[in-house]
Amino acid sequence: MHPAPSVILFSTLSGLGFGLLAFLGLGVLQPTGMGAFIWFFIAYALAVGGLISSTFHLGRPERALKAFKQWRSSWLSREGICAVVALLVMGLYAIGAIFLGTHWTVLGVVGAVLSVLTVFTTAMIYTQFKTVPRWHNITTPAMFLSICIAGGALLAGQVTLAIPLLILAALAQLAHWVVGDKALEASGTDMGTATGLGDRGTVRAFEPPHTGTNYLLKEFVYVIGRKHAAKLRIVAMGLMVVAPIVLLALTQLASVSGTADHVLAALAVISHLVGVFAARWLFFAQAEHVVGLYYGKR
Amino acid sequence: MTTLPTSTDRKLGLVIDLDTCVGCHACVISCKGWNTENYGAPLADTDAYGANPSGTFLNRVHSYEVQPANDAPAQLIHFPKSCLHCEDAPCVTVCPTGASYKRVEDGIVLVNEADCIGCGLCAWACPYGAREMDAVEKVMKKCTLCVDRIYNENLPEEDREPACVRTCPAGARHFGDFADPDSNVSKLTAERGGMDLMPEMGTKPVNKYLPPRPKDRDRSEDVDILAPFLEPVAAEPTGFLGWLDKALTTMPGGKS
Repeated sequence: MHPAPSVILFSTLSGLGFGLLAFLGLGVLQPTGMGAFIWFFIAYALAVGGLISSTFHLGRPERALKAFKQWRSSWLSREGICAVVALLVMGLYAIGAIFLGTHWTVLGVVGAVLSVLTVFTTAMIYTQFKTVPRWHNITTPAMFLSICIAGGALLAGQVTLAIPLLILAALAQLAHWVVGDKALEASGTDMGTATGLGDRGTVRAFEPPHTGTNYLLKEFVYVIGRKHAAKLRIVAMGLMVVAPIVLLALTQLASVSGTADHVLAALAVISHLVGVFAARWLFFAQAEHVVGLYYGKR
Repeated sequence: MTTLPTSTDRKLGLVIDLDTCVGCHACVISCKGWNTENYGAPLADTDAYGANPSGTFLNRVHSYEVQPANDAPAQLIHFPKSCLHCEDAPCVTVCPTGASYKRVEDGIVLVNEADCIGCGLCAWACPYGAREMDAVEKVMKKCTLCVDRIYNENLPEEDREPACVRTCPAGARHFGDFADPDSNVSKLTAERGGMDLMPEMGTKPVNKYLPPRPKDRDRSEDVDILAPFLEPVAAEPTGFLGWLDKALTTMPGGKS
């Protein structure tokens, strides 16, 4: 699949933003006044920034409001509604925290659940596609949700929570890679079933339908970068999980001062964000759409 | 409304005969022509005369080589592919705006281009590559089964079928109602073992493909029965050419 930067940015930034909103809503940290404003500003900048970025991959962004209509069948529609409701509920909660100095517990918990649910709906957009076997399994939502929660804990400065959650996210990401690498073969779909000619011999693409490229090849048969996939996976995992855990462990040392603490935590967040970005790039670039089989490619 | 109808009154679709298709691409061209001039946004071409031409097509013809396991001769099969108007169309349910829909009256899957936001998810959901985002209009294009021809009373009756079917010089494409067991397409499917593409995807395609008849034996060594009566071809040159051959052979360096 074509790794569109707008979509990768969206899932990376919004995932982290909604993760932070979840921790704020659950009252794990309870800032008030200016402190609360800064926390909520960061969370909203990430979540809303990601959502805005996602509209750039639309052919007709001016019609984006129409996308809220089909929640009965469409995960994209559900995602849009969930995101807006989560942001509204958490917005009310933020007003209480910033201006009134109170934390409306029930509202916060509802907002936190909706925030996590938004990330779940994002994951389900990809998971629903039978046409992309690498995505069509439980490891996709497990990976999106665990990374969202781990990122939220990391950004919220919850060191003791973040370390085990990051390890959990690493396991989910690894599972997604291990299961995904075998998914196309396991799906049973090949050139034989695609053409219906498989039972009469070995099918080979002899001539493509066109001499140039087309939308299908550009969107679904993206093969650039697969050569370096193994190295990129190591880089992604290192930046997303290993480096943040090491940096967080350093902050726990008694000799580290308060300022250095903050610098290390900020570095951990940045490293994590870059790592997730790399992993999400691979999520798309490595995904094989079955339409590639018609072109003898995958 | 992008939930699918539980059943449709008619099931209009195509039968494509892989035994008959000669791979001439006439259906591709007639489809492009009709659908650029009629229903919805025109099918764009970008850089049409440049180094990297690309364009939107609703029908494309692949060619495959099938090599049987028993060393029988390979078969070349031309393979036209367009929207299969699936009964369980995954492209319809993913649409967030309701632009994609399947008609209750005849089962045709269409896009309301005024509602399409160009998110591309319907193309992602389609295993067959039947939907293409138009590079200029930025909306999703797909086969309409020539909905603006088949019911068009301004056209002569023989033209009220999809452009690809109307134009096919080999008679490899057939249009009809699969819900009617006595229709031409239902009969062809039953007689010739019409098959689904990627049945494991659970899309229940309406369009059926008729498998190519197998080649019964290797004919490459066959000799025409009249061959013995043909004048034999001289293995050795005679006359002037014979003299020239000898003369050149005796010249220095001519032996090799």
